[in-house]
Amino acid sequence: MAEKGIGARVPRKEDLRFITGRGHYTDDINLPGQAYAVFVRSPHAHARIKRIDKASALSMPGVLAVLDGQDVAADKLGNLVCGWLVKSKDGSPMKMGKHPLLAQEKVRYVGDRVAVVVAETYHQAKDAAEKLVVEYEELPAVVDLAKAHDSSVLVHDEIPNNLCYDWELGDKAAVDAAFAKAHHVTRAEFVNNRLVPNALEPRAAIGHWDPGQDAYTLHMTSQNPHVHRLVISAFIGIAPEHKLRVVAPDVGGGFGSKIFIYGEECVVLWASKKIGGRPVKWTAERSESFITDAHGRDHVTTAELALDAEGRFLALRVNTKANLGAYMSTFSSCIPTYLYATLLAGQYKTPAIYCNVRAYYTNTVPVDAYRGAGRPEASFLLETLVDQAAIEMRMDPADIRRKNFIPKDAFPYQTPVALVYDTGDYATVFEEALRIADYNGFPARRAESEKRGKLRGIGLSCYIEACGIAPSAVVGSLGAGVGLWESAKVRFTHTGKVQVLTGTHTHGQGHETTFAQLVADKLGVPFEDVEVIHGDTDKTPVGMGTYGSRSLAVGGEAIVKACEKIIAKGKKIAAHLLEASEADIEFKDGKFTVAGTDRSKTIGEVVFAAYVPHNYPAGLEPGMEETAFFDPPNFTFPAGTYVCEVEVDPQTGEVDIVRFVAVDDFGNVVNPMIVEGQVHGGLVQGIGQALLEGVRYDDSGQLLTGSYMDYCMPRASDVPFFEVVTSRGTPAVANSLGVKGCGEAGAIGAPAAVINAIRNAIGVRVEMPATPERVWRAIQQSPMLKAAE
Amino acid sequence: MYAFEYFRPTTLAEAAQLLASNPEAKLLAGGQTYIPTLKQRLAKPSAVIDLGRIAELRGIHEEAGGLTIGAMTRHAEVASSPLVKRVIPALAALAEGIGDPQVRNRGTLGGSIANNDPAADYPAAVLGLGATVRTSKGRAIAADDFFTGMFETALEPDEIVTAVHFPKPEKAAYAKFPNPASRYAIVGVFVAKTASGVRVAVTGAAPCVFRATAIEQALEQVWSEASIDGVTIDPTNLNSDIHAQADYRAHLVKVMAKRALRAAG
Ligand SMILES: Cc1cc2nc3c(=O)[nH]c(=O)nc-3n(C[C@H](O)[C@H](O)[C@H](O)COP(=O)(O)OP(=O)(O)OC[C@H]3O[C@@H](n4cnc5c(N)ncnc54)[C@H](O)[C@@H]3O)c2cc1C
Repeated sequence: MAEKGIGARVPRKEDLRFITGRGHYTDDINLPGQAYAVFVRSPHAHARIKRIDKASALSMPGVLAVLDGQDVAADKLGNLVCGWLVKSKDGSPMKMGKHPLLAQEKVRYVGDRVAVVVAETYHQAKDAAEKLVVEYEELPAVVDLAKAHDSSVLVHDEIPNNLCYDWELGDKAAVDAAFAKAHHVTRAEFVNNRLVPNALEPRAAIGHWDPGQDAYTLHMTSQNPHVHRLVISAFIGIAPEHKLRVVAPDVGGGFGSKIFIYGEECVVLWASKKIGGRPVKWTAERSESFITDAHGRDHVTTAELALDAEGRFLALRVNTKANLGAYMSTFSSCIPTYLYATLLAGQYKTPAIYCNVRAYYTNTVPVDAYRGAGRPEASFLLETLVDQAAIEMRMDPADIRRKNFIPKDAFPYQTPVALVYDTGDYATVFEEALRIADYNGFPARRAESEKRGKLRGIGLSCYIEACGIAPSAVVGSLGAGVGLWESAKVRFTHTGKVQVLTGTHTHGQGHETTFAQLVADKLGVPFEDVEVIHGDTDKTPVGMGTYGSRSLAVGGEAIVKACEKIIAKGKKIAAHLLEASEADIEFKDGKFTVAGTDRSKTIGEVVFAAYVPHNYPAGLEPGMEETAFFDPPNFTFPAGTYVCEVEVDPQTGEVDIVRFVAVDDFGNVVNPMIVEGQVHGGLVQGIGQALLEGVRYDDSGQLLTGSYMDYCMPRASDVPFFEVVTSRGTPAVANSLGVKGCGEAGAIGAPAAVINAIRNAIGVRVEMPATPERVWRAIQQSPMLKAAE
Repeated sequence: MYAFEYFRPTTLAEAAQLLASNPEAKLLAGGQTYIPTLKQRLAKPSAVIDLGRIAELRGIHEEAGGLTIGAMTRHAEVASSPLVKRVIPALAALAEGIGDPQVRNRGTLGGSIANNDPAADYPAAVLGLGATVRTSKGRAIAADDFFTGMFETALEPDEIVTAVHFPKPEKAAYAKFPNPASRYAIVGVFVAKTASGVRVAVTGAAPCVFRATAIEQALEQVWSEASIDGVTIDPTNLNSDIHAQADYRAHLVKVMAKRALRAAG
């Protein structure tokens, strides 16, 4: 069995349907009688809605309904909410601006939903949407995060200074004291560039109210269908939870953007009832995705690192402004706080850390979790700051890290920023990465590049992340409105086949394969006999979904627990069939055996007995189906070292990544091929952030990077062949599998490696994205290159 | 897309007649620019006249030592044509560098120059080689007169580009600094040594393709990279946008001119 069990490079079950165009996405679904929704959106970043006149839109052919914010209010639908309460340092709760499903009184960003038009066909809805008369009184907009605090413009009239919260973490006094006696202080300012998530499949939804049953079904692009069901029922109030089914079929990528509860999906569900129960479909156009999917990152930070004379870190002080956009998205509050500041220790034993985060509203698209969510921001600033400290102290960037790593024997390690790291061996991973990258051989390669007129640089990044979110009591004490356990049901059929129902959702991660390997391994059944079912609230047990690299560490462990219950029950049945004592039954490789004998029953025989209980233990329930919930005792802490090597063309500023080595500690690995694929994808996104991607608004709040002609996504030719090693694991403690999570690592660790490599080549740190123009300008200013001339 | 009438003529005469009798009609070549324009509802034509079935608008042949390329010839056909590679290899290389394979398989020479996008590649070759644009009205428009401004040409509203004639240069090459997102030119420079002298055409840098006369004069003196070093490119009338500021574009004009010169030999 081991050949397709834990640790095997099993090709993905889902690939056949995906690469032959047989996936089944929300937009592929067409329900009988379906109508189409088109949203009318604000063309202004900030304006008062003076008047909406529906008459001409309603008179257009095929129009079934035109609904706006007043209709939402009349039906008393709730506002969209942020599910994590963050408190300011003075104890006051964050200030959440009202976020109605359709705008009321004001619009607050270009793309804000003003109304929906529902018509017989998509084109009729488009035509009618153009005819809707909306009169605006334009208001000045606040766009620049750095200026949000003293702007005379208020995004939400009732929220002074546009400040949502002013939050802190860490021991400020201890940090101040350490700075006072520091030998050296390294200081820098960082912009963490705003990104558009750009899932391959745009968001889509079909809402359907069935008048016969007074029940609702919402097909949609979701990473967490049960969370959508919960919020739409408990907060928006469209349908009671038991009368609402949310189905997320194949979903083409999310990167966080499909976690959130947006207005559009709620509106089509509500609109279906408004038109008498015909299904209502909406599929985002790509240009709509750019202005409605929650953006990522967008921080402005000042950071200072205090060091002693030997280069040991004494303290870290970080002041960050985080952009929330116009409204709080579902998890937006916790991203720049609990998923950010808590990671600022990195892989180092820095004894004192203090972080202050002020989150501001601006007239831009809401910002929330995007692959890595908070951790890329933390890792980027720490790893580029550490590099800068090494340069200022004339140390090798490798040596300064060696000096400060948390040693292998210090685990479990309590950081000064709340987290307790369970395991890790940072120095070993680090040396392995440097060995593979031939760090010591770099000077020769640099000299060779120089001969060809190129500037070569090498950059290191030692990232850490917290995955497997999360112990419910811990996140509850920090303000989370939900528990973050996970669920699984393992069900045998008469014929010994297995259905695994999981509360997580796969949208590119390959759960259908990984989870099947897990069950094949635990229950000793063929991999091919295991089918993974997910994404339907009427089928699977209640689950919290997929994000934060949690699915295997939390959801996988729930599957393990369900398998253990199956085995426990199977032992009772086997003992009865084998006329032995239950205590003497051993289970291994799919067989229940009486210890010390060759008398055994296969799991198939036992399962059959459970469904055809003619000869069966008295009092035992028939059937073989077990459910388990798992609430992890801690996060997991993947970590790794990335080494990036670049060649810069001094004529144009172009950066060519010539080599990229990634050594990751993901603990144990179920499918190395899938894990490597996840690392590749993450690295490409991290490189995209470092070199290519970046949202630009003009001063009036118009998005300038609203299409792929202007927003640059990485292509295959922009990245090198990655050298990825994932076998250096220290098993995680929080789950029996010892797995840590791998989905975000690449996006977290790559940006600093790239930017450090460019700095190594040209002597100046370039803000992200390090476009050729920025690099070229930096080269003109570089003291290092001037000195070399 | 708004609704429109759709015509698919098979002869040039028929297409010209349709265009003349439908003042609000537009031509469709490979649709690489026009289909997105329609989908975004930025255009509302009464009719669309698809040139895709007109055989006489397609093809590459040798003429007077140079090349004549039909307006409906796809970028990919030019890029892979042995004839183009033999007679004017710089043209094949330029076509090979346009956009991505999908764009090259649909986009056309006629569509590119009729559209005259300030960042398009072909206008640089047409101007750099001193080509002649032939039209349905029997006109032969010199490149120097054809590109009149941003997205503007000397074509009349009911005039169709039928072909472009490229004289064979002594040597020529094109170097482009692509926009990493769209792959259009942030700056593209076509350098040619022709029977009538040195011609240097710059695309991407300004609102319309133009001849860099200062570089031409310098190269006329001495055909060398050092000549280009001595030239100053004035950024005043160059584009500044989120992708590149004018001074950077001015710098790139020289860098690309030198690269083109090196490639031309
Ligand atoms: C993603 C992308 C990347 C691109 N990258 C590049 C690049 O790197 N470099 C580059 O140069 N170009 C680039 N292009 C442009 C592309 O190569 C085409 O040349 C351009 O879009 C014109 O397309 P088309 O030939 O399909 O013409 P269409 O889009 O069909 O037509 C364009 C316009 O020209 C008119 N027209 C078409 N044919 C004629 C004719 N024979 N006579 C008169 N008028 C006519 C049409 O009415 C229309 O107004 C890119 C395009 C895309 C979509």
